[in-house]
Amino acid sequence: MTVYLDYNAGAPLRPEARQAIADFAGIEQANPASVHRAGQRARRSLERAREQVARLIGAGPRQVVFTSGGTESNNLAIFGVANATVGARRKIIGSAIEHSSILAPLARLQAHGFEIVRIPPDREGLIQSDSVMRALDESTALLTLGLANSEVGTIQELAPLAASARKAGALFHVDAAQGIGRMPVSVGALGCDLLTLSGHKLGAPAGVGALYVGDRARPVSTMMGGPQEGGLRAGAPNLLGAIAFGAVAAAVEARLDAEIAHMAALSDRLLRLLTQSIPGLILNGPLEGRIPNTLNLTFPDVLGESMLIALDLEGVEVSMGSACAAGSVEPSHVLLAMGRSGAEARSSLRLSLGWATTAAEVEQAAEIIARIWAIVAAAESPAGEPHAHQVSR
Amino acid sequence: MSARVVVAMSGGVDSSVAAAILREQGYDVVGIAMRLVSGESSGGGGERRQTCCSYEDFEDARRVAERMDFPFYVADLRAEFSAGVIDNFVDEYVAGRTPNPCVMCNREIKFARLWRRARALGADFVATGHYARVERDAAGRFHLLRAADAAKDQSYFLFAMTQAELARTLFPLGEMTKGEVRECARALGLANADKPESQEICFVPEGDYARFVADRVHPDRIRAGQVVNGDGRVLAEHNGIHRFTVGQRRGLGVAAGEPLYVREIDADLGRVVVGRRDELASRGLIARQVSLVDDRLAERGEREIEVKIRYRHPAVPATLKLLTGERAEVRFATDGYPAVTPGQACVFYERDEVLGGGFIEQALEA
Repeated sequence: MTVYLDYNAGAPLRPEARQAIADFAGIEQANPASVHRAGQRARRSLERAREQVARLIGAGPRQVVFTSGGTESNNLAIFGVANATVGARRKIIGSAIEHSSILAPLARLQAHGFEIVRIPPDREGLIQSDSVMRALDESTALLTLGLANSEVGTIQELAPLAASARKAGALFHVDAAQGIGRMPVSVGALGCDLLTLSGHKLGAPAGVGALYVGDRARPVSTMMGGPQEGGLRAGAPNLLGAIAFGAVAAAVEARLDAEIAHMAALSDRLLRLLTQSIPGLILNGPLEGRIPNTLNLTFPDVLGESMLIALDLEGVEVSMGSACAAGSVEPSHVLLAMGRSGAEARSSLRLSLGWATTAAEVEQAAEIIARIWAIVAAAESPAGEPHAHQVSR
Repeated sequence: MSARVVVAMSGGVDSSVAAAILREQGYDVVGIAMRLVSGESSGGGGERRQTCCSYEDFEDARRVAERMDFPFYVADLRAEFSAGVIDNFVDEYVAGRTPNPCVMCNREIKFARLWRRARALGADFVATGHYARVERDAAGRFHLLRAADAAKDQSYFLFAMTQAELARTLFPLGEMTKGEVRECARALGLANADKPESQEICFVPEGDYARFVADRVHPDRIRAGQVVNGDGRVLAEHNGIHRFTVGQRRGLGVAAGEPLYVREIDADLGRVVVGRRDELASRGLIARQVSLVDDRLAERGEREIEVKIRYRHPAVPATLKLLTGERAEVRFATDGYPAVTPGQACVFYERDEVLGGGFIEQALEA
């Protein structure tokens, strides 16, 4: 049996998603834009899903645009706002610890003449509000920040920034892909203009996500074609994915408090067990003010890559940094931005649990991780090196 | 529980078949592709240069792992490879020598660093697709032997292996010919059965090693100078001794009535000495960083061996005398062995067995 502890990369399908897909698949596959009644039924299914997703974040259904996932939502938010800016607003403020689907668009815009400000985090991964406020001015088009960091779990204090952004006349985008389902999220309380949701981090299938677009925001579509999704996302929508996403959103809304308590209890237990058995283990990110499912841990005296592979061979699935195209792993840019050394970042793993994680799995994972750590640390310590040749220069 | 073996996989047919054979034999196989250079940017838009660690090669290895049903991973060994192989490669060329990075990679990476990674994964063995054989005798000593396929034999690159390393290393292809390996790949349905061989140095794009070296060192370390003949007469100017290798004939920038070859590279003076083919002959060499597969061989005095001073050269009879300071003197049985190239590996054979070897420091003049 494997223990899956990589929910931040993608959660297993929830039964509600399976059910919604099973109910819908095989009945009809019509285009929600079609005039005939099959098309109308498809449209009703799509709109019901939109209502379910909107309700999860306290938005109105017409404020939710379905996309192909968090990456597209982030691209649409950033390029959509950048393409809509006129005049002197050429500044975009972000942070150094965002997801690549934020960082890469910002880098592109920088190459096209936008001024990009990347606020560094503190050692806990928290973006300092006063740094953001100092950067906000009348030339700012957009402030974009993640709600909860995907790698270390730090929750940002965003509400005060919303007011400042508004005062400066800037739009405020929140990447909540990793926050949704791990904490209560309300667009009203956040005061944001745009908010990114991802389906598969929540237990819907990959390939569906959404962007909340508040009434102040007027992004320009980045996908040209038909008038779907209020003109913001051309192309026939991923109906099956949206329906599954809607069903998952409804389930999460109903059970959020219980799931948060469940994940918090399990991750606390996991951290306690690992701390007891692995001397020198370090939790990255704050103990409080963290989403309850994410543990980013620096393991002493090992390469995270070796731990990752050894754990997989023992059936414990975790992650580290980000995967490169070839399939090896790069040290986390988030940990580096938080002031960790390259060696520390390379010794760190992310354990993220979720809706289906059980107490028994946590006990099992803790035992295996401690055992594997001891083996890997012994194998990789220089003292354990069986022989070393001298390379003469 | 069966023994676990980490197989170093490049995506080529040899290492793929090595892994497949071990899997068929019932080993608990874990395939590892080593990412040795940053050949490809993950963000897109970067410069794509074909090297050994390309995405496509790793996908070939991954397909084999999937087909043969064993786990496969990519391990990032770029820092280790840079420090253990590339730095040495560049330093040697800058010093006027011609390095052999494959020997260094085996010594520093595959049987040292990769083994360390493998041990962390609970492995009992490391395996590669090298064409060479290992035998254990009744006394428990390990012997490194030439491959059954003389045309493919790669024991030359493995001379630096120790008893401890041989004890934990498997070469599943040692008894096979290249043809049999390809046939085996086809029989197992491996997609890369007919993939062409890689010939160039795997980490040097387009085989342009001179540019590779120049890109990696401070311009002050590039030694420009003159091409001279044996009498010291200047025949041409050159823009870096790293562009030359002893024995080289082409690209000397010299017009002469007869073929000329590089005889000697003087790094201090930046001077490349050329001469006729018969002037290249030497009666032996001094090797440094000498190691023996079995240290007990060091007890004996002079011995008659065969020596191989380049991978593609045949082994020739010689006398080996071990000196102090990890050095050895090798005297060829017949004078006139051409182009003893400093930096290259010289490997000591006794019939089919590799006794050890070292790196050529200098030729002994005829």
